[in-house]
Amino acid sequence: MDQLIFAGEVFLNGLMTGVMYALVALGFVLIFKASGVFNYAQGVLALFAALTLVGIQQGQIPFAHLINAAFGTSLHHFGWTVPAVLAIALTAGVMVLLAFLIEKLVLKHLVGQEPIILFMATIGLAYFLEGLGDVMWGADIKTLDVGLPQGISDTIETATANWFGYGFFIDRLDIWATVIAAALVAALVAFSQYTKQGRAMRAVADDHQAALSVGISLRFIWVMVWSIAGFVALVAGIMWGTKSGVQFSLSLIALKALPVLMLGGFTSIPGAIVGGLIIGVGEKLFEFLIGPMVGGATENWFAYVLALLFLVFRPQGLFGERIIERV
Amino acid sequence: MKTTVPALAAAVMMAASPVMADLVVPNMSYRTGPYAANGIPYADGFSDYFTLLNERDGGIGGQLIQVPECETAYNTEKGVECYESLKSQNPLVLNPLSTGITYQLIPKASVDDIVLYTPGYGRTSAKNGEVFRWVFNAPANYWDGASVAVSHILEQEGGDLSGKKIALVYHNSAYGKEPIRTLQGLSEKHGFELVELPVDAPGQEQKSQWLQIRREKPDYVIMYAWGVMNQVAIQEAVNIRFPMDKFVGIWWSGSENDVTPAGAGADGYKSLTFHGVGQDYPLYDDLRTHVLDAGKAAGAGDQMGNVIYSRGVYAAVVIAEAIAKAQELAGTSEIDGAQLRDGFEALEITPERMAELGLPDFGQPIALSCQNHGGDGLGRIQQWNAGAGEWSLITDWIEPDAEILQPLVDEDSAAYAQEAGIEPGCN
Repeated sequence: MDQLIFAGEVFLNGLMTGVMYALVALGFVLIFKASGVFNYAQGVLALFAALTLVGIQQGQIPFAHLINAAFGTSLHHFGWTVPAVLAIALTAGVMVLLAFLIEKLVLKHLVGQEPIILFMATIGLAYFLEGLGDVMWGADIKTLDVGLPQGISDTIETATANWFGYGFFIDRLDIWATVIAAALVAALVAFSQYTKQGRAMRAVADDHQAALSVGISLRFIWVMVWSIAGFVALVAGIMWGTKSGVQFSLSLIALKALPVLMLGGFTSIPGAIVGGLIIGVGEKLFEFLIGPMVGGATENWFAYVLALLFLVFRPQGLFGERIIERV
Repeated sequence: MKTTVPALAAAVMMAASPVMADLVVPNMSYRTGPYAANGIPYADGFSDYFTLLNERDGGIGGQLIQVPECETAYNTEKGVECYESLKSQNPLVLNPLSTGITYQLIPKASVDDIVLYTPGYGRTSAKNGEVFRWVFNAPANYWDGASVAVSHILEQEGGDLSGKKIALVYHNSAYGKEPIRTLQGLSEKHGFELVELPVDAPGQEQKSQWLQIRREKPDYVIMYAWGVMNQVAIQEAVNIRFPMDKFVGIWWSGSENDVTPAGAGADGYKSLTFHGVGQDYPLYDDLRTHVLDAGKAAGAGDQMGNVIYSRGVYAAVVIAEAIAKAQELAGTSEIDGAQLRDGFEALEITPERMAELGLPDFGQPIALSCQNHGGDGLGRIQQWNAGAGEWSLITDWIEPDAEILQPLVDEDSAAYAQEAGIEPGCN
């Protein structure tokens, strides 16, 4: 009986962890859906967004190390702090500017190239952005606090203790992540269904040439999609950065999104969410039930095994577009 | 043209290589990548100490020290590439700051007559100098750390651990697995139950491990982690309300970087250390005067005094002392790798010498020999004060349990000797 109750706690935590994975996967889906580009830089976008957010919030002077080295000064901070909401809005602005620059300096020159070329360009972009983040904001670990609560939810612990005789652990940050992810997905779906720009985005996703022929600007759509993906990266960066501090390993969260994408499909927003939940629950339950028999630390590889199992039966992923090739 | 090209080539060579008589002590650093937050202060401390010796004392024994830097990004392949490129500069000693890189370099350095100095990391059984002739890991190693942690817990529990439960949360890598055999031995000796909880690298997601800790309610948690795994583990421990004063990390899990993101919740967290904390030492005054204020610091100067910076300084101090000893033994200031090895094997750093160096009570006494390349392995416990934002030393030096450790060192080094075809000895 105890094992069943513990499994229930692990299941709920798996769902919550899955939401965190899905937040990262969403950014990949948005860009792939609109442009067919697998954006290798998505993890680094989350890192860059989080670095920028902390930098703005704490009033850090960007490129301070370079300025100090060049002019012999010892500048670090402006001497003010910025409220979290305003800092998030300003960071979102920076991500839009970044999207514009990426389109202007990289993507525009690669129109019509093979997807693999665009993929390679995003690899270059990832390394460039990582270096830029380092030079702009420094490599030290930064504490991110935008007011999100962390730690065990007493309400859930008390309630489950009354019901089962064992209080469940649910992190309040994970609850917030779930609420925010739900709102984000609802907003994205509403945007793509009910706005002119959203419909244009879907048209580009369906057929570039046809969209161009009816006057939709491909370049505008790319800037828009990269901006939205940048905003999603900011949300993911906030959630993961609150947990671990903002540091350069944040870019590695992309590794957690890959099995989610394989499972949910590269082109479906609901797929990213459902994929995240399945991966989160699957890896946590496997670690709980089988992990102790095989020495533990199964989560990293089991997530990929689970995704591969799904791929055997649905190569396009659970929610991916069906691959039909006519000869 | 005939004369210009060789002259140009010679000029380029001179610019690229250290002057032949200089002592070459490379800095294998990682200032980029996921582990840069720890790599930067260590590299800064390491370089700044040699800069201080050059600026204040004119080097060691009148020879300037060259510290060429090579970026490993804490990546084993890049580390080996660094080794190959640095080799041409005739380095005396290398300090790779990575257990993975160290394992790759042990056979190479032994052939190339280059000393490997791996304080607090690397291959533990390298303590046996009769097998690992070119590797030194004083003043303490991973197994010493595990034993010191258990000794501290033993002291906290009034000398009796029977029936207690200790969880080991470890980085699922060669490094993280190092203390397992030691802790298993200590568990048998003291009668505590050991729960092993591996975390896959990089360690950003540890929910399963901390849910298990919450279910199993261990009396203590010992942690062997690095990088982001440290910050996440401490935050998760705070989240489940695990008592921080019963959470003890190895020295690689005990820097300001590791505790700061968890804020006030990390107050009371403990970690091991093999050197002093803070910058209340005369040496730091010299570092400020001759290096930082003179604009010669390796980095931005903002790392001075933090735990990892001090560890980089300490590694450089031990190397510098070994070089001085080697010069004394060789009767010349121009030494080679073999002479430096002799210097390490005759190294003796007394408390008085540490005070002369401007680091009173900063490190334990070190006395090495051909047989003992690892020192006595003492450790201290430091505790984080979140309000003040600083570490405090809360114990005196604690001895590791040689009764458990020495047989393990002997066994592991004998296995390596057999595998590598080494005849143990001091010749």
